[in-house]
Amino acid sequence: MSAPAALELVDVVKTYPGSPPVRALAGVSLRVERGELAAIVGPSGSGKSTMLHVMGTLDRPSAGEVRIDGRDVSSLSERRLSAVRAHLIGFVFQQFFLLDGMTALDNVANGLVYAGVSPRERRFRSAEALVAVGLGHRLTHVPNQLSGGERQRVAIARAIVHQPAIVLADEPTGNLDSRSSDAILDLIAELNDAGSTIAVITHDTEVAAAMPRQISVRDGRIERDSSSRTTAPPPAVVS
Amino acid sequence: MTRSAPATATTTDGVPGTATRRLGPSRMRMGDVFGVGSSGLRTRKARTALSALGVTIGIAAMVGVLGISESSRADLRAQIAALGTNLLTVTPSGGFGGGTGELPTEASAKAGRITPVREVADVIELDVPVLRNDLVNANETGGITAVAADVDLLAALNGQVAFGSWHDDATAAVPTVVLGSVSAERLGVIQVDQGMMILIGGEWFTVIGVLEPFPLAPDLDRAALVGKAAAGNLFASELSPSAIYLRTDPAFIDDVRTVLGPTVNPENPEEVSISRPSELLEAQDATDAAFTNLFLGLGAVSLLVGGVGIANVMVIAVIERRNEIGLRRALGATRAHIRRQFLTEALLLSAIGGVAGVLVGTGVTAAFATSQGWPIVVPTLAVVGGFGAALAIGAVAGLYPAMRAARLAPTDALRAA
Repeated sequence: MSAPAALELVDVVKTYPGSPPVRALAGVSLRVERGELAAIVGPSGSGKSTMLHVMGTLDRPSAGEVRIDGRDVSSLSERRLSAVRAHLIGFVFQQFFLLDGMTALDNVANGLVYAGVSPRERRFRSAEALVAVGLGHRLTHVPNQLSGGERQRVAIARAIVHQPAIVLADEPTGNLDSRSSDAILDLIAELNDAGSTIAVITHDTEVAAAMPRQISVRDGRIERDSSSRTTAPPPAVVS
Repeated sequence: MTRSAPATATTTDGVPGTATRRLGPSRMRMGDVFGVGSSGLRTRKARTALSALGVTIGIAAMVGVLGISESSRADLRAQIAALGTNLLTVTPSGGFGGGTGELPTEASAKAGRITPVREVADVIELDVPVLRNDLVNANETGGITAVAADVDLLAALNGQVAFGSWHDDATAAVPTVVLGSVSAERLGVIQVDQGMMILIGGEWFTVIGVLEPFPLAPDLDRAALVGKAAAGNLFASELSPSAIYLRTDPAFIDDVRTVLGPTVNPENPEEVSISRPSELLEAQDATDAAFTNLFLGLGAVSLLVGGVGIANVMVIAVIERRNEIGLRRALGATRAHIRRQFLTEALLLSAIGGVAGVLVGTGVTAAFATSQGWPIVVPTLAVVGGFGAALAIGAVAGLYPAMRAARLAPTDALRAA
């Protein structure tokens, strides 16, 4: 393991203040290697959303270390964290979060605005990303003119347009019918084949089963990790 | 490079934890600050227009008030300049002293001998009724005064003939009359070609002309002016002047003023009242300024209301666009970027309102000034100040919502509404 992992959590604890305090993550360690496609699966309340926030640097862990592309981000300032997100992380959300009234191309280009990329290059790379997700013919459509599956494709293009170290997809098929879901999962697999490192956070075991690696989360702990790298071979073995 | 397969990514072969990719800061280009700041306005056009309208009204009111008052003053100043400020009017001031309270008969001639006096003319009020004809009630004079005037009067007052003609030495000696503008209106005189006659003191006079208003001697607008010779023949002879009008060299006007009383009435100089009619117009100018301030205050109030409207809309926008804020944070926006976005939005909103307000205010000024026959004057201060005030209002109104937007934690902002 000479190259740094795309994402690494070391003994991450996250406690929310309150009475009593809520311990959402109770010491999670996890490595996602470059080029991997992993599912983080668990029921609601298992702590997987907190994990997404901590992995995505949207929230800070109470204890432990978070490394993105080999970089410890736990101690970075707010501004540096924003830079980490702008350059190293791509997000895909269940609700797509596309901006209405903006074309697909402009929505994707938003993924490059905070990296300081010039408008001309943004357009060029956004068009490329849209072609990569199979929407080369929808560049100038606004979200209202797109189907749910197409909107999620635009959101995925936005998440990969800056070539992040890791793409975090939060329930990417949660708002889609089964046919669109399958198409999105196929697209995710395709992008992974092309080299993208992707972590899919989901409660849906079927979705998780479509991924090469499943990491099950329950009560703020990793219950099971099918990874052949960190544990003994076949998926049946519980770590 | 992170897209490349894991096999080729091992080239760094460094210590675990070594960064493999140079990480630039999260930064936003200047052009993007504007683009992102205007995106919210472009996608909500109706709301943008309505909330900018508040500022538009405020700025338009201020620019309009300043423009209209400035145009009216420009007109007044032009009037004063055209009429001249070197006119002095001498009138009797009543009998406080030992005298009769009248100007001596030869007063006008004496005043004319003061060196800087260029022109002098007097009028004598005749105590006789002016009637339209012999059929009307003798008391219905319509407030018109019969006045015997010097032939030089029109020149001394810079007066203008509306139609017909002014007296010359010939008409001054026969029963002809020239009417002031108000008199003509009250007597219903609209032309003089048909030899219309009116009854003055029981004698028939032919109307030969009608004058334009005298801004510096409005009393004469309500006069029926007959020649002195004719008045002397038909009515009393030796009458004292009721008013003397003098044009002086502008450089010596104060000196003339000082010596005028003793000159025209050496026995009772205190019974002479001297006025400078252009001073009245200048006083009117000052009165207008007071009203301008009042209206400016009203404009400022409506601008303030417009600003509150913008603040309100921005607060709502921040609440409504929580998800957008969360998304932008996830895409790498810093708190400063979010603050800048909403501040820019508020500033653009008020700038739109400001520009529209300046245009509307200028338009209103132009329309009103044109309708009044005034020159169109829109002071630069009103335009620059109005636009500046709009921006200031926008900055103040946008600050609080922008801070709120920036304070929002990304995880809260991303939660589905």
